[in-house]
Amino acid sequence: MATSNKDLLRADKVSIRFGGLMALTDVSFSAKEREITGIIGPNGAGKTTLFNCITGFYRPTSGRLWMNKNGKEESLEKLPIHKIAQSGIARTYQNIRLFGEMSALENLLVAQHHLVNHHLLSGILQTRAFRESEKQAEEKAWYWLQYMGLEKVANQEAGTLPYGQQRRLEVARAMASQPKLICLDEPAAGLNHQESEELNDLILGLREKHDVSVLLIEHHMGVVMKICDQVVVLDHGEIISDGTPEEVQKDEKVIKAYLGEEEDADVPPKKKRKQK
Amino acid sequence: MDIRLSLKESGIAAIVALILFVPIIGMVLDGQTLTFKMTRTFVLVALVFAGRLLIAYLRSGHVGDRVGEVFQPVYAGWAKIRERIEGRLVAFNVALVLMLLIMPFMPFSTNYLIQIVTLTFVYIMLGTGLNIVVGLAGMLDLGYVAFYATGAYGYALLAQYFGLSFWFALPVMAGIAALVGGMLGFPVLRMHGDYLAIVTLGFGEIIRILLVNLTEYTGGPNGISAPRPTLFGLAFQKKAEEGQATFHEFFDLPYDSSYRYIFIYVIAIFVMVLAIYVFKRLREMPIGRAWEALREDEVACKALGINHTTTKLSAFALGAMFGGLGGVFFAAMEGFINPSSFQFIESAIILAIVVLGGMGSILGVIIAAVGITLLPELFRELEAYRMLMFGLAMVFIMIWRPGGLLKVRRKSFTSEAHGNK
Repeated sequence: MATSNKDLLRADKVSIRFGGLMALTDVSFSAKEREITGIIGPNGAGKTTLFNCITGFYRPTSGRLWMNKNGKEESLEKLPIHKIAQSGIARTYQNIRLFGEMSALENLLVAQHHLVNHHLLSGILQTRAFRESEKQAEEKAWYWLQYMGLEKVANQEAGTLPYGQQRRLEVARAMASQPKLICLDEPAAGLNHQESEELNDLILGLREKHDVSVLLIEHHMGVVMKICDQVVVLDHGEIISDGTPEEVQKDEKVIKAYLGEEEDADVPPKKKRKQK
Repeated sequence: MDIRLSLKESGIAAIVALILFVPIIGMVLDGQTLTFKMTRTFVLVALVFAGRLLIAYLRSGHVGDRVGEVFQPVYAGWAKIRERIEGRLVAFNVALVLMLLIMPFMPFSTNYLIQIVTLTFVYIMLGTGLNIVVGLAGMLDLGYVAFYATGAYGYALLAQYFGLSFWFALPVMAGIAALVGGMLGFPVLRMHGDYLAIVTLGFGEIIRILLVNLTEYTGGPNGISAPRPTLFGLAFQKKAEEGQATFHEFFDLPYDSSYRYIFIYVIAIFVMVLAIYVFKRLREMPIGRAWEALREDEVACKALGINHTTTKLSAFALGAMFGGLGGVFFAAMEGFINPSSFQFIESAIILAIVVLGGMGSILGVIIAAVGITLLPELFRELEAYRMLMFGLAMVFIMIWRPGGLLKVRRKSFTSEAHGNK
């Protein structure tokens, strides 16, 4: 990817404090348009916390967040969650949060809520404009189901789907909301090798075909090094390295803090601490 | 069936019963003397023991399945009927409405029957409204009667102070009730589950207590009279008031008190059908999907760009609107209302309709509403046992159909482009 791409999301000295704990300290980075930015770091480094700040779940204690909206920078940190989502940021979750009792397709329709005609009267009277808008939404939902290989389970309740399909459905749901930036929080967690390979291809495809930037939290080093254009390394709530995968891989600090002595090893299996 | 376990459980139940029954019915205070009546106490305790054993037997694997199976043919038959009428659903519904429309003109119809059926329609409206709040949006509302009362009293008061007729009051009260619903919605926006239930419960009581104590305006516990609806200004009384014509004089018919009931009955059918239609539409509309999504996961919902404030408020407001409409009909039908019609038990009954019928299900709510309003009327002689039967029905449904009578059938989508079913 060309490095001349414009910044899409810019974090400027974002800090967040929970009581006595500094979860993030002066985190500054930018995610560029149409690039895949990986966020890595040991468990408890603050990756998910950073996601929660970007998507509005947490308010940063200090610092600013900017989103590039058609050339104009829009400040995010004061906006409520749904406004941030409407400005083009979608996300998935470490622990899946689908609408379990709704069908897979309905999950994708909900994601398009702010795009469809949701005027009450036109819906009750089923005006032409309303039907058109619903039809479009359905078509788009089908598109994403097919893209993720889920069209066979379109009418099944999301909660009853197998784990791997739920993961993919979550990505599909995020994409259906037409984001400019999609934040994937460990999308491959709990998937077997083949499934996560497939998912990587899908994520690469998102960027190529759908003009979307990706922010990716991932533990699997191989994946990160393979598909990311830029990697941000967090440790103890601070950015210790930021650059291309090759640069980061060579960075002394990263090797010391994170990879240990072995350069090429995957993350050693550690007990996962639940982050929220 | 594990005999020893069942015996143990039955024994425990019997001991609890013994502890309860000895002071309640075993000891009788007659003036100054305390007499012990142990025979009847022990008979009851023995009954409890036997009953508990019976329940254990009924629920034990083999028999339990069989009891569940009793319902199977019913549901299988229902599935068959459903298949049959699937393509002709509209025709079927129209036929049903037509049948309801000619019902009052059948020889077997009486004023009493018409009134009960009208009341059933009112409960269907209420159930449908609460179904929005509880069934779709998943917010447990224990004070739904407040909107019912708002509709009824609003109509009576508007008529008394502003001379508004039924036909004007209907849309006006629908609007006001929606507003009141929105007002309740604001303070409870951030509440869930039990806390929400308690606040709504309080709200329902506040409205009733207001009605009791605003004696000056509402007549307090004495109630207030509500005018009867008119047909384009034609009243249904025997003798018209000054400057008013009556229905039977205008059409040159002999006076019959049933005209009045039939008239309200017919309007109620139309409004009920409208309410059901609107509910059905809402469920399939973006707003309905947003409600359900909010019920499933509020956080994920917000992160998809759905404004949870307006979504929740709209659920409360629309639910309240249906309640208000039901209230207007109740007042118009009864001709007189007082606060005792709007006690907590009403909220509980409407909630029971929704839960027993199956949350979010239209037909389930209709069946439950019919059951809960018609059955007590049919078995009037057994009135003393009404609550007992009510409780029993609940327990049995919760054992064998925990999701309510009918589970919601989700809309099935097909795609031409992808050739899917």
